[in-house]
Amino acid sequence: MATHLILQKILKTGFVSEPAPQADLALRTREQALHAEILRIFGQSVAIRHVDAGSCNGCELEIHAINGPHYNIEGMGVKFVASPRHADMLLVTGPVSRNLEVALKRAYDATPEPKWVVAMGDCGCTGGMFGENYATCGKVSNVIPVDVEVPGCPPTPIALLQGILAAVSQDKTNTAS
Amino acid sequence: MKIGEHDWHLDPLGKHIWRGRMEAGQLLALAREVKEEGGQLIALWGSDNRHLGRGFAIHATLLTSAGLAWVTCALPDDAPAYPDLAHIFPQAGRMQRATFDLLGITATDAVDDRKWLRHTAWAEDEFPLRKDFSPRAALGSPPPNDAYPFIRVEGDGVHEIAVGPIHAGTIEPGHFRFSVIGERVLRLEQRLGYTHKGTEKRFEGMDPDTGAKLAGRVSGDTHIAYAWAYCMAVETATDSQVPDRAVWLRALFLEIERIANHLGDLGYLGNDVALAFGFMQFWRLKEDWLRLTAKLFGHRYLFDRIVPGGVAVDIGDGGRAELAAEADRLEAEVHSLKAIYDDHATLQDRFTNTGVCKPDLAARLGLTGLAGRASAQAWDARAQFPQAPYDQLDVSMATQRRGDVLARAEVRFSEIHESLRLIRDLLARLPAGDIHVPLKPVRDVCEGLGWVEGWRGEVLVAVRIGADGRLDRVHPHDPSWQNWPLLEIGILGNIVPDFPLINKSFNLSYSGADL
Repeated sequence: MATHLILQKILKTGFVSEPAPQADLALRTREQALHAEILRIFGQSVAIRHVDAGSCNGCELEIHAINGPHYNIEGMGVKFVASPRHADMLLVTGPVSRNLEVALKRAYDATPEPKWVVAMGDCGCTGGMFGENYATCGKVSNVIPVDVEVPGCPPTPIALLQGILAAVSQDKTNTAS
Repeated sequence: MKIGEHDWHLDPLGKHIWRGRMEAGQLLALAREVKEEGGQLIALWGSDNRHLGRGFAIHATLLTSAGLAWVTCALPDDAPAYPDLAHIFPQAGRMQRATFDLLGITATDAVDDRKWLRHTAWAEDEFPLRKDFSPRAALGSPPPNDAYPFIRVEGDGVHEIAVGPIHAGTIEPGHFRFSVIGERVLRLEQRLGYTHKGTEKRFEGMDPDTGAKLAGRVSGDTHIAYAWAYCMAVETATDSQVPDRAVWLRALFLEIERIANHLGDLGYLGNDVALAFGFMQFWRLKEDWLRLTAKLFGHRYLFDRIVPGGVAVDIGDGGRAELAAEADRLEAEVHSLKAIYDDHATLQDRFTNTGVCKPDLAARLGLTGLAGRASAQAWDARAQFPQAPYDQLDVSMATQRRGDVLARAEVRFSEIHESLRLIRDLLARLPAGDIHVPLKPVRDVCEGLGWVEGWRGEVLVAVRIGADGRLDRVHPHDPSWQNWPLLEIGILGNIVPDFPLINKSFNLSYSGADL
């Protein structure tokens, strides 16, 4: 019966989760608007709302991947949520298509302050291969303010986690702002 | 080449690929004969050929018993129009609407002539794929009100649920409008185009090497199928012969991509029926697979490993042994998980008779690829019309008849095993030699078509290169064009909470069809 097989498989598989990577503060694009007190209260946990603003679906593959067992993101305090109203952070992929521009701005407005925005992938950071044209606005920061940019096509799961953690980690050299 | 009673004067363009030109009026007769012999329309698109002195053109590719027929009809500069094909092949409907939005070419007498890819970013009388297009409005924010005329269901107790464009999970954006009574879905209408990013326009003027990178990013989960189809088209256009070893490595990459996607989908299908165990197990296997891919070839999803003229990365003896060993391990793991899925009462209950697309309807509406094979549409280009190296591999096609979520899961399981077999075979018989040759230089305007059975279904890329050696027109076609309308049918009579499961069982591309 299935239950027996499931338990057997779980025991045989064991733990595959790996230690969390370190934050990569070099990915920050602007001075953290949030001061140490807020970070202390949040306890370095973060609720993320992902917004695909026009991506090719490559970056989404890696967002799915970090939800898998190797990365144990909930153990790091990272959780993906269904609504921007529940989110501390927007994780935005893609060159922002003009057909999604309004929806992205609305998602940003719906996210309560204080909030972070992480732009993911070469397209989100620079516009990538698509650039700016009649149909796209290019990089995410052309449309909403961005705190951290994670380049890559797509960024690896580790790079993505380093970027997410960079947004929510206390920067020891810059906590007074 | 004969289809039905007539010789349509098509010339061979590649293996199992035929090329012809005809009057727009003949297109209907051809479509009818293809339909009668059980064929399908795969793709339909337009092009602006005025700079070549040839007006506009409408292109169609049709799947026939003799292979793929690519036909082109020249249309006048003024008021270009061709006869509606959607009354013969319903899957043509959205492609016709997109062709009007991008080029201003009209399908005469089409029942549905609403806009499709155009929202509010450009005006009704502007056509981005015309060569003389320049955006009229400065690129400020587009007006928020799209004013799309959804079809309303009326009557006592009917209400609408609007979902998206931003969905509740990590999914691409699109809008779904459900009309429901209680929990039961009376109608679903999709509104897509949110990831339209001007991909086809972006190709114009690119050099062929850069074009391969962009082609691979039409839909990121299908990178290899697109990059290969694009390169096949460019190599046909320039009459360049790719070394055998490169072609075999391309097939190896394609099967690696198919397995990665199927593993992920089987995990999510478990997740969507609250079997988190299934998600974690399959995503563990997928992650191991991606890591090995990165170790052997330098990228988790093999981005930019297929280039015009061949491939960019080789595999050594050590790598071959490692990949073959991983294939054996994966086979055993998937087998043990299949036993659990088969035995799990809740999962079977949720999968069975959910999101049904019956075979006759699937045939009428042109359901294709993986989802088609789950509804008895027995088409797989690798098996019936194999390009090299599949002509030497004897691919066994997976089909089911039930057309429900379970059937689509079963096809995935079967295809994982078949792909693992193919990988072992490809590794064992990999020819020696070069992995890349330079393309032959372009002397005049030339064209080609690539046709690859990606994990979701057939991917086509049509390419025209200008006399200057730069890309003049590239049209990538995703099987999602045909399959999205079937998702609207598959959900009918089901309950709203089953929609995520049904949607995931199709797992269609937004970016690939929004372009």
